[in-house]
Amino acid sequence: MKKMKNLTKAQKSSSLTYAVVIVAFAIMFALKTSGSLSSKMTGMLVPICAYIVMAVSLNLVVGIMGDLSLGHAGFMSVGAFAGTIAIVSMQYNGVESAGLRLVVGIIVGAIAGAIIGFLIGIPVLRLNGDYLAIVTLAFAEIIKVLIQNMYLDLDENGFHFSMVENTNTTNLETARLIIEGPMGIRGITKISTFVAGFILVMVVLIVIFHFMSSRTGRAVMSIRDNRIAAESVGIPIFKYKITTFTLSAAMAGAAGVLFANNYSTLISAKFNIDTSILVLVFVVLGGQGNMLGSIIAATALTILPEILRGFSDYRMLIYAIILIAVMLISNNSQLKAAFDGLLIKLKLKKAPDEEEGGKA
Amino acid sequence: MDDNKKYVLECENLGIVFGGLAAVNDFNVKIGEKQVYGLIGPNGAGKTTVFNLLTKVYEPTSGSIKLNGVDTKGQTTVSLSKMGIARTFQNIRLFSNLTVAENVMVAMNQNMKYSLFESTFRLPRYWKEEKAARAKALELLSIFDMQDFADVKASSLPYGAQRRLEITRALATNPSLLLLDEPAAGMNPAETAELMHNIGKIRDEFGISILLIEHDMSLVMGICDEITVLNFGMVIAQGTPAEIQSNPVVIEAYLGKQKED
Amino acid sequence: MSFLNYLVSGLSLGSIYAIIALGYTMVYGIAKMLNFAHGDVIMIGGYMCFFAVQRFNLPPVLGVIIAMLACTLLGIIIERLAYKPLRSAPSLAVLITAIGVSYFLQNAAQLLWSSNPKVFKSVVGNGVLTIGGEGGLIVSHVALLTVVVCVIIMVGLTLFVNKTKMGKAMRAVSEDKGAAQLMGIDVNRTISITFAIGSGLAAIAGVLLCSAYPTLQPTTGSMPGIKAFTAAVFGGIGSIPGAFLGGILLGVIENLAKAYISTQLSDAIVFGVLIVVLLVKPAGLLGKAVREKV
Repeated sequence: MKKMKNLTKAQKSSSLTYAVVIVAFAIMFALKTSGSLSSKMTGMLVPICAYIVMAVSLNLVVGIMGDLSLGHAGFMSVGAFAGTIAIVSMQYNGVESAGLRLVVGIIVGAIAGAIIGFLIGIPVLRLNGDYLAIVTLAFAEIIKVLIQNMYLDLDENGFHFSMVENTNTTNLETARLIIEGPMGIRGITKISTFVAGFILVMVVLIVIFHFMSSRTGRAVMSIRDNRIAAESVGIPIFKYKITTFTLSAAMAGAAGVLFANNYSTLISAKFNIDTSILVLVFVVLGGQGNMLGSIIAATALTILPEILRGFSDYRMLIYAIILIAVMLISNNSQLKAAFDGLLIKLKLKKAPDEEEGGKA
Repeated sequence: MDDNKKYVLECENLGIVFGGLAAVNDFNVKIGEKQVYGLIGPNGAGKTTVFNLLTKVYEPTSGSIKLNGVDTKGQTTVSLSKMGIARTFQNIRLFSNLTVAENVMVAMNQNMKYSLFESTFRLPRYWKEEKAARAKALELLSIFDMQDFADVKASSLPYGAQRRLEITRALATNPSLLLLDEPAAGMNPAETAELMHNIGKIRDEFGISILLIEHDMSLVMGICDEITVLNFGMVIAQGTPAEIQSNPVVIEAYLGKQKED
Repeated sequence: MSFLNYLVSGLSLGSIYAIIALGYTMVYGIAKMLNFAHGDVIMIGGYMCFFAVQRFNLPPVLGVIIAMLACTLLGIIIERLAYKPLRSAPSLAVLITAIGVSYFLQNAAQLLWSSNPKVFKSVVGNGVLTIGGEGGLIVSHVALLTVVVCVIIMVGLTLFVNKTKMGKAMRAVSEDKGAAQLMGIDVNRTISITFAIGSGLAAIAGVLLCSAYPTLQPTTGSMPGIKAFTAAVFGGIGSIPGAFLGGILLGVIENLAKAYISTQLSDAIVFGVLIVVLLVKPAGLLGKAVREKV
C-alpha cells in the first residue's frame, strides 16, 4: 500500500520537523555570524525560540490532549521567575559560567512549571471544554497577581521573602533585591543565546515526538478522540491528562527562563492573558496537533509585527485583519475556494489538476 | 440451575431508574464460560442500558453484577476493563485520528509496563514492548483480515471495517466477556454471515463468552446458545433460540411486529 | 456602616458585570461561542456616548441611545462579517476570530481616538444620596441608576426570552440548532438578533461603566470584559439568571476583598472564588450539566 513501509506517518512528520528546524537554525546562525541580520532581527531570535517552545507545549494540551487552556503564560511566568531566581542566586554566589547558570536555570524553571502545572491540573482537569479554559485563565491571573506582590531578597544569610514588606534584608549594601513586587526582577544579565534557544527547541521537540509515539501519548490521543471508548478499554483519563498537562507546563516553564534571560528586566505583568492568547493563536493557526505548523506560526507571527513596522500606526490593525482573514479563509469552504482561485489566477499556485498527489 | 457451574457473568435483580422511570428492572442473567448469549428486544427496550450498567457507564440503582464470581460493586469503567469486560458501541466509537494499529495498541495499554521516562529516552524496554504490541495488534487484526490496513487512519476505513476494528480493539484488552452492541448493524447479508462465522471463531480461539445485542434475527438465532428478550426494561422471556422463537409473548412483543413489515 | 457602603458599591459594580455577562451568556447560549470581542464593544459604546454628549453637547439620554444604536449595528456587522462564515467551523477557530476582532476594535479605537485616556462625565452627574445622616450610607446616583437599570434589563430579558416568539426561537436554537432549523426557525436571523441585543446591552454597560469609573481608553473594556465573562461562567454560562447572579456576586466579592483584604490581591481572590465554585459545581451556580449519551 505504502512505499515507505518502514517509516510510519508520524515518524515522517517528526523527521521533517527536525530537518526544518535544523536547516532554519543553520541559515539564521550563518546570517547572524556574517553580520547580515539587522539588530532587530538578531534581537528576535531568542524570543522566537521561546515562543516556539510555548507553542509546541501548548499544542500538546490543545492538539494532542484536546483541551483548551487559556493560561499557558502562567506556567511561563512561574518558570521564568523560578529559573531567573536560581540564575541570579548563582551569580550572587559567584558561579562564573553563564552556560552553566542558564542550563541550571532552565531546569529549575521546568521543574517549577511542572510542579505548578501538576497542582493546578489536579482540580482543573476534572472540568471540560470552556470551563477548563476559563479556570486556566483564572489561575494564570492569580499567578500574575501573586508574583506582582512578592518581594524576595538574597544576602549572606540566605533568602528573605515577603508578600508585604518591600525589603526584608538586614544588610542593604551587600544584598541582592531579587523580586521587587510589581517591578519584578531587575538587572538580569542577558545570558540567553540563540544556540541555547535552538537546543531547547530541539530537546522539547524530541520529548514531544517521543511522547506522541509512546503508550502515554497514544492513550492521551485516544481520550481526545473518544473519551468513553478510551475508558472502556481501561485508559484512566485523569492519570494521563495530568501527566500531559504537567509535561506541557514544564516546557512552558523552560521557555519562560529562556525568554526572561534575554532581557534585563522581568515583570509578571508580561505574562498576562494576551500572552496566553497569542500562544493559542500560534497553535490554532499552525494546526492543532501539528508541531511544525506551530513552529512556523510562532515564527511568522513574531516577525510579522516587525515586518509591518513600515505601516507604523496601522501595524496592529493589519495584524488583526490578517488574523481574522486567515481564520476565515482556512475554515470557510467558500472563502477558501475563492482564495485558491485568486492564487491560481495570480500564478502563485498550480491548478488542482496540475497538483500531484494532493497534500504531502 | 446448576450452582456448581462457573459463570462469567451473573446479574441479580439489576435495575436502574432515570427520573422516576425504570429503564431496566429486575434483570437476571447468567452467562457461562464460552457461551454466546443474545440480548434482543424492540427499540428502546433497554438493551444498551444493560451494557452501560455492566460497564458502569451508569451506576445501577439496584441489584448486583458478578464478573467471574467477583462482585463489581465500586468498580469503574476503567477498572472493569482490567477485570475482563470489553465492549463495542452501537454508534461506533473509534479513535478516529489514530491509525488502525494504534487503535488496537491503545487497548493493550494496561498490559504494557514501560514508563514515560523509558519512552522519552527510548530505553530497551520501550522498543521491546512496542514491538511486541505491534505484532500482537497485527495478529489480532488478522482475525478480520485487516492487517494490511494497520497504518491507515481509523476514520478512513469503510463502515463495516470500522465495526470490525471496534471488535478487534475490544479483544485487545484480553477480556473474559465481550459485549457486542449491534455488531451487524449496517452490514449486508454476506458481511453478516462472515461476522457470524468470526464471532464463533473468536469464542473458540479466545475461549471467552460473548453477550450480544442484535436485531438481525438470522444472526441471533444462528449463533446464540441462549437468549434473553427485553421489553420496556423487563425480561419477558429467556431460553434457547428454539424456545424463544416459539414463545407467544415474544412473538407478540417483538417478532410479531417484524412480520407486519 | 462602612460595610454597607462597600456592599452598595459592590452591588453597583456587580450590576455592570451582570449587564456585560448577560450579553456574553446570550451569545454563548445561542451561538456556543466565547465572544471575546464583547468587552471591546463596551469600549466603543463608551466612546460613542462620550462624543455625543461631550463633543456635540447632546443630552445624555440621546447619547445613550446613539451608543446603543451604534453598538447594535456594530454587533450585527461583526457577526455578519467575522462569525457567520464560521458557523460550521470548529469552536477554537471562532474563538481565535473573536480575539482577532477584539484586537481590531482596540487598535481601530487607538488610531481613531488615540490611546490618551478621555475623562468621561457621568450621564447622571456626580450627585450622591445620603441615608442615615452623618456617617450613614452614601449611594451615588450612578450606583443607584446602575442597579436599577440592571434589574430592569434582567427582568426584561427574562420576559423576552420566555414570552415572545423571538425568545422562543432563541431558546430553540440554543437547545438544538438543527432541530430548530427543521421547525422552520431562521437560525441565522436568530443568531444575528442575539448579537444585536447583546451588543446593545454592551453599550449600556459601557456608559454605566464609564460613568462610575470615568477614564475612557481603547483598553477600557478588556478587563471588565474578562471579569464579566468570568461572572457568566460563575453563574452558569448560557443561563440568564445565572449571569445576573454571577455578575452581582463577582462585584460584591471584588469590592469586599478590596476593602477588607487587599487591593492588590482582589483580582486573585475573585478568580480564586470562581475556581472554587467551578470545582464544587462544574457547570456554574445555575448551569445545568449535560451528559454525553452512550
